[in-house]
Amino acid sequence: MADTPIDRLARATPSSLARRVRGLSDRAIAWVFVTPTILLLLAINIFPLIWTVRLSFTNFAANKPNAEVKWVGLRNYTRILTDPDIWQTMQATAHFLFWTLLFQVVIGFSLAWLINRKFRGNDLLTTLIVLPMMLSPAVVGNFWTFLYEPQIGLFNYAVEFFTGIPASSFSMLGSVTLAPWSIVIADTWMWTPFVMLICLAGLRSIPDYIYEAAEVDRASKWRQFWTMTVPMVLPFLMLAVLFRGIENFKMFDLVVQLTGGGPGSTTLLTSIELKREAFEKWRTGYSSAYAIILFVTVFGLASIYVKALNKVKER
Amino acid sequence: MTAFLTGLLRLRRGPWELLASCLIGLGVFMLMQPFVLWAFTWSFLVTLTGTVMFIITSHFPE
Repeated sequence: MADTPIDRLARATPSSLARRVRGLSDRAIAWVFVTPTILLLLAINIFPLIWTVRLSFTNFAANKPNAEVKWVGLRNYTRILTDPDIWQTMQATAHFLFWTLLFQVVIGFSLAWLINRKFRGNDLLTTLIVLPMMLSPAVVGNFWTFLYEPQIGLFNYAVEFFTGIPASSFSMLGSVTLAPWSIVIADTWMWTPFVMLICLAGLRSIPDYIYEAAEVDRASKWRQFWTMTVPMVLPFLMLAVLFRGIENFKMFDLVVQLTGGGPGSTTLLTSIELKREAFEKWRTGYSSAYAIILFVTVFGLASIYVKALNKVKER
Repeated sequence: MTAFLTGLLRLRRGPWELLASCLIGLGVFMLMQPFVLWAFTWSFLVTLTGTVMFIITSHFPE
């Protein structure tokens, strides 16, 4: 019989250790394997979370580690929740979240629906559509900064071509009303392919015989779409919304590269404000409270969303 | 409505989870709405209550 690596490993194990392992139950061996993962999770996920909760009740500043740390109770939370500037960042985040999710779902599903049909060049087109998703957000931010240039940007010239509005008469990144839309457009361009891929997986999982049976029953294309395609793709679509929702709630790099939160604070999303509080103003206690508020919000939303997703899958 | 209230009184998972979900949804809306500051101020408390309630009630019997 061939000498396998497992045999060699068994021979190399000291007999005292081998005897000890042989005496363990299946349950104990399972624990031996799982314990390192649990310890790692505790160290890098649970402990920082508990530590952040603790810090949120103090005036700790990370740039003054030797200064006296005072227990301030709920003061950080009350300051955040009565601050009109923080309220403004929440509204900017809500605007970004709502419109990016809406556009990405509508365009992503439509593209998946089109790509799912069999035609020449289908694979090449899929690869081209997926390209933006593979780029780094910093690169995409730079790329769109050039596209939005009022003098040389292609975006402004495209708008002029379709609407007649002079290209140099508006600045997407400099205008208070247009800047929030500029980040929505860039994010939609970058992440719609992700939603499209998930929808495509959903569409390709529907067996052809269901449509054939519907054809036999003379169901119209419209009826087939609403009573078969949409319900069967819905779990996939909900999963895509969950992923994109959580990602966009903590969107940072793309927006920093594009607008840096400006002009004024019109595109100042919660993650950018949180970073400024934590690592520019060094108000660690205050920013910990801010992070906990965001965490509870995302956790609560994700909980009900996962519940709804399970219900849809059970149908 | 009667079934919902009976479920609440008998500590059943469905109605309690629905109540917790409504609280979370209301809290998130209060957090992000652009109308009144007091709703923003109380939003965290509502969301936290809903989230804790959701975690507890998801262990109730069906």
